[in-house]
Amino acid sequence: MTLLKTNGLNTYYGESHILRNVDININSGEMVCLIGRNGVGKTTFLKSLIGLLTPRSGEITFNGDLINRKPPHQRARAGIAYVPQGREIIPYLSVEENLQLGMEALPGGVAKHKKIDELIFELFPVLKQFLSRRGGDLSGGQQQQLAIARALLGKPKLLLLDEPTEGIQPNIVQDIESAVRRIIDETGIAVLLVEQHLHFVKQADRYYAMQRGGIVANGPTSELSKSVVEKFLSV
Amino acid sequence: MQLILESLFNGVAIGSVLLIAALGLAIVFGLMGVINLAHGELMMLGAYSTYITQLIFKQVSFLKPFYDSYVIVAIGIAFLVSGTVGILLERTVIRRLYGNPLETLLATWGVSLILQQFVRSVPLAYGSGLVIAIFIGLITPLFLSDDLLNGAKGRLIRACTWGMSALIGVATGGVLSSLVSKLGRASARNVDVTAPSWMRGGIDFLGSTYPKTRLLIILITLISVLVVIFFLDKTAWGLRIRAVTQNRSMSECLGISTEKVDIITFGIGSGIAGVAGVAVSLLGSVGPNVGVNYIVGCFMVVVLGGVGNLLGTILASFSIGIMTDLIGAGRLLTIWPDMPSPLASTVDFFATTSMARVMIFALIVLFLQFSPTGMFPQKGRMVES
Repeated sequence: MTLLKTNGLNTYYGESHILRNVDININSGEMVCLIGRNGVGKTTFLKSLIGLLTPRSGEITFNGDLINRKPPHQRARAGIAYVPQGREIIPYLSVEENLQLGMEALPGGVAKHKKIDELIFELFPVLKQFLSRRGGDLSGGQQQQLAIARALLGKPKLLLLDEPTEGIQPNIVQDIESAVRRIIDETGIAVLLVEQHLHFVKQADRYYAMQRGGIVANGPTSELSKSVVEKFLSV
Repeated sequence: MQLILESLFNGVAIGSVLLIAALGLAIVFGLMGVINLAHGELMMLGAYSTYITQLIFKQVSFLKPFYDSYVIVAIGIAFLVSGTVGILLERTVIRRLYGNPLETLLATWGVSLILQQFVRSVPLAYGSGLVIAIFIGLITPLFLSDDLLNGAKGRLIRACTWGMSALIGVATGGVLSSLVSKLGRASARNVDVTAPSWMRGGIDFLGSTYPKTRLLIILITLISVLVVIFFLDKTAWGLRIRAVTQNRSMSECLGISTEKVDIITFGIGSGIAGVAGVAVSLLGSVGPNVGVNYIVGCFMVVVLGGVGNLLGTILASFSIGIMTDLIGAGRLLTIWPDMPSPLASTVDFFATTSMARVMIFALIVLFLQFSPTGMFPQKGRMVES
């Protein structure tokens, strides 16, 4: 079943044309990876999906509804969770408060939901010991785990992950990879992953490759040939 | 000992007036980064609300037995009045100017002039009616379900609710002006709020007398500060406000309606300005210019304390208060009577209210040279864009 579909999406930054007629399709419970070299428009695409940027033309359909004109908070409440590049932890709030804010996307928001699901600490045990520490004081890897945990607490249908392993030490990359894998297997949410790390890319079911703001190739990740990888991943 | 106590009390009293006046500004300016020059006029509206409440309690027969408690009712009314006007201001003017501090400054200054003229040329009864109309108009959509408010039908329903609230407003204005004749005429003259009998006089303690109005203001300030701190730290809306202050776009992506947060933050900041107006009305006469006297002091306190830091605001207002008393009352001379004469004459020169103000300004300017971001600088990012 199609969960998210974009149709001829065109996004601009001022006058520069970034996304050109992007069509993608994500099914429920599927993990899809978006690959491409730096600066081709992957982050712009995710920002258009969550609503931080407004596409000039094209359609975004999520769960059967046209969401083009909805502000980000309504998209979040509809079930799209966003883990941005740079993680965007709220710096002076405690880890616990950051996690509680993740539940703002649930009906009733933080006013009704204060208790943090134990599953989160099972996935990311390090968060439990730092609950009262300020979010901005955590290391990059810990912040990344916090950002993913925060996104998951809103029980989304679709998780947008923007380069979750960028600038993070290798052993934590492994933790994050296996956590994401486990989340998909256990909760059945769909994931759209933007990633450079080949090992992580291979975990996805399907891939889309982006070049100069347009989708130029797609298919199952099992068919990712060496030439495609060399062309689209900067490794 | 008596001297220290008295000096401390005076300092705290001056400081708490400053603090209650600056508290709303600390929220609006500190948390939202909006320079609201109409803050003083929101206080003025609070002061006028006290006056109107007092008159109503005096003239309306079934409220007469409760006359002594009108101040407490006035605090609530002033909060609602200033909060309503503040929210209207945010919705109509400031919302379009986020990220343009200069334009915000000019626009809010213009609003302050409009408000000053408004209380001069509109009879207070109809002014209250207008505020009531706006209040009802703003609040009704919150009680209607979203289905009713969407589409063409929704527009009609919205128009109807505004029409209804306008009618209610006009009716209240009419009733008020016929009940209390003083409110039916426009007047540019200053008016006086008389304290109820239980607030007159003072309390004797260790040989000195402490005026009850001052004590009440200290109490109002204390309660307001505690309520604000509790609201920001412990409630869901407080958490949302803090999140939006620190990272606006990510908060929006998490599902927080930043628009609603702006309205609530601004409403609370303005409402507290109204409460400050009640305090101010107890100290002197109430006129259209009453806010102007306080606005500079408010900004001074917020900047000195460090923008976006409530603790800084509290400490700054009390230190300014105590300094004002030390300098303005020439306390140094009392403490050290055989001061060498050149020094003594300097101290004497500054021992008036206005000269003390000059001195305090100079000291603050000097302090900001060394610490430009105030006593407690904000290290994080401010409201972006």
